[in-house]
Amino acid sequence: MPLEALKEKWSNTVDIISIGATKAEGGSRDRAVKVGGQTGLPYLFEESDIPNKPVVAFEISDIEPLDWPNTLKEPYGKTLKDPVEWAVKCEKEFKAELIAIRLAGTHPDNGNKSDTDAVKLIKDILSAVKIPLIILGSNDETKDNLILPQCAEAAKGERCLIGDAVQKNYKTLAAACLAYGHNIIAESPIDINIAKQLNILISEMGMPSNRTVINPTVGALGYGLEYAYSIMERARIAALGGDKMLSQPFICFVGQEAWRTKEAKASITEFPDWGKELERGILWEALTANAFLQAGADIILMRHPKAIEIVKKNIDELMQPITSNQ
Amino acid sequence: MFIIGELINGMYKNVQEAIKNKDKKAIQEIAIAQTKAGSSALDVNCGPASANPKDTMKWLVEAIQEVVDTPLCLDSTRPDVIEAGLSIAKNKTVINSAYADQEKLDTLVPMALKYNSALIGLAMSKKGVPQDKLQRLELAVQIITYCQDNGFPVNNLYLDPIVLPVNVAQSQGQEVLETIREFKILSDPAPKTVVGLSNVSQGTNQRSLINRTFLVMAQGCGLDSAILDPLDNDLMDALIAAELILNKQIYCDSFLNAYRK
Repeated sequence: MPLEALKEKWSNTVDIISIGATKAEGGSRDRAVKVGGQTGLPYLFEESDIPNKPVVAFEISDIEPLDWPNTLKEPYGKTLKDPVEWAVKCEKEFKAELIAIRLAGTHPDNGNKSDTDAVKLIKDILSAVKIPLIILGSNDETKDNLILPQCAEAAKGERCLIGDAVQKNYKTLAAACLAYGHNIIAESPIDINIAKQLNILISEMGMPSNRTVINPTVGALGYGLEYAYSIMERARIAALGGDKMLSQPFICFVGQEAWRTKEAKASITEFPDWGKELERGILWEALTANAFLQAGADIILMRHPKAIEIVKKNIDELMQPITSNQ
Repeated sequence: MFIIGELINGMYKNVQEAIKNKDKKAIQEIAIAQTKAGSSALDVNCGPASANPKDTMKWLVEAIQEVVDTPLCLDSTRPDVIEAGLSIAKNKTVINSAYADQEKLDTLVPMALKYNSALIGLAMSKKGVPQDKLQRLELAVQIITYCQDNGFPVNNLYLDPIVLPVNVAQSQGQEVLETIREFKILSDPAPKTVVGLSNVSQGTNQRSLINRTFLVMAQGCGLDSAILDPLDNDLMDALIAAELILNKQIYCDSFLNAYRK
């Protein structure tokens, strides 16, 4: 007698979020990126639908990043000094599907660029590239509350993804995203209870749940990856079981975490046994990203083009449904 | 928890009036209020006074469906009245209910299969109400076996252990709670469990308190579903808090609101 495979049937699905608006939708992007919509746990094609594949977003910055090691700066060369050219390079040369601009230079301790600078940059990037845009603040509450609403207004109609909203500071950003038709990133500090609470607070402002993305906060390989993984897994299981306040797609900020580790950054002269830092750094970022794909990540922010190449190849392989032997 | 709202029942004066006067709006208001309060399904019962229960059932189902998509739990002792509702129901349905008697099962199990409906099976027979856990389990096994033999999926069967009023059958509370736990191990896949909650407090002067205390204890025994008054806020709060303690819902500061969303 053949053994019948037990298949899980869930009652709820992950929300589908659409980033970027085409001309027909009132924006100017070439295409929209859709994520979410899964009806089961990651890549279990036998028992669920996975209508949209996960996407990688190239992370760029409005100022030349000071803390990036040379191995990470090398592929971008002098475009690091010009965020618009940098964005174009990601789109044209590295075939980016999504780009995330971090407005790091608006932070008071990091150059204190003005709101006018930020708005101009967002407009310039939107006219230079045709892929959808993620806009990230500098993590300075006061400055973000000044700048992000203006960026949201400047990008009106483009259906960007803007972040991050946190439990202590979400109202200004949520109101701006609502007013100008954008999606919002809701960030919680590796805490499923706060993730759920923040989603409720944002939804109570009138934001539809299919315009919120959960940033669960992740750690790199060796730096808390397992903990973040288990939080995502638990949230996704709750979502599929019917919890509508956890059923949004996940965004994982992998690049910033992976390239912060000593294992990715340290040179071979410092640790001769560890091998070449170039390969090591790329693998550290790619491995971290691949692990979070298995936990259910829908959007992954990454930095090194080679690491992104590895992860995209992995996504393509994961998205090939395995045909049953029977 | 699969919550079945009990308020659309001709036993209640306001519903009886609405049926008599064909006051659709009154019924629809109760349907909306119960759905908003967190009901997963709405019980629909014409009540004992209805002269033409088949037509009344159809009228009720139609009125409710105009305003909510909530699944309906069609409640009658007469199979033809239940079928009148099933035949026009647009959303998921639950048949309420079948006794553990051959002739009842012969009618209602095929009906549930035909309309792809869930079914509530009562652990009682025409001989009367069971007096202890073992009698309840024996009747439940008869229902489960019948379902298995006739191709009805047991995980779509809700077994009701028969809750009795605490002021007349005090010894039955403990028996019922133990029965709920043991229903779940009668078959694999396990049947679901349901109680008609308000019965426990019938005739007492602290109905809400007794209802919610019993509900939480039954949840602790693995109860899957209850027919109850979803507009009783204290009851619903207790239900939600119990789901948290049992790790069935993820905690957040607004957990009471979150559950009702």
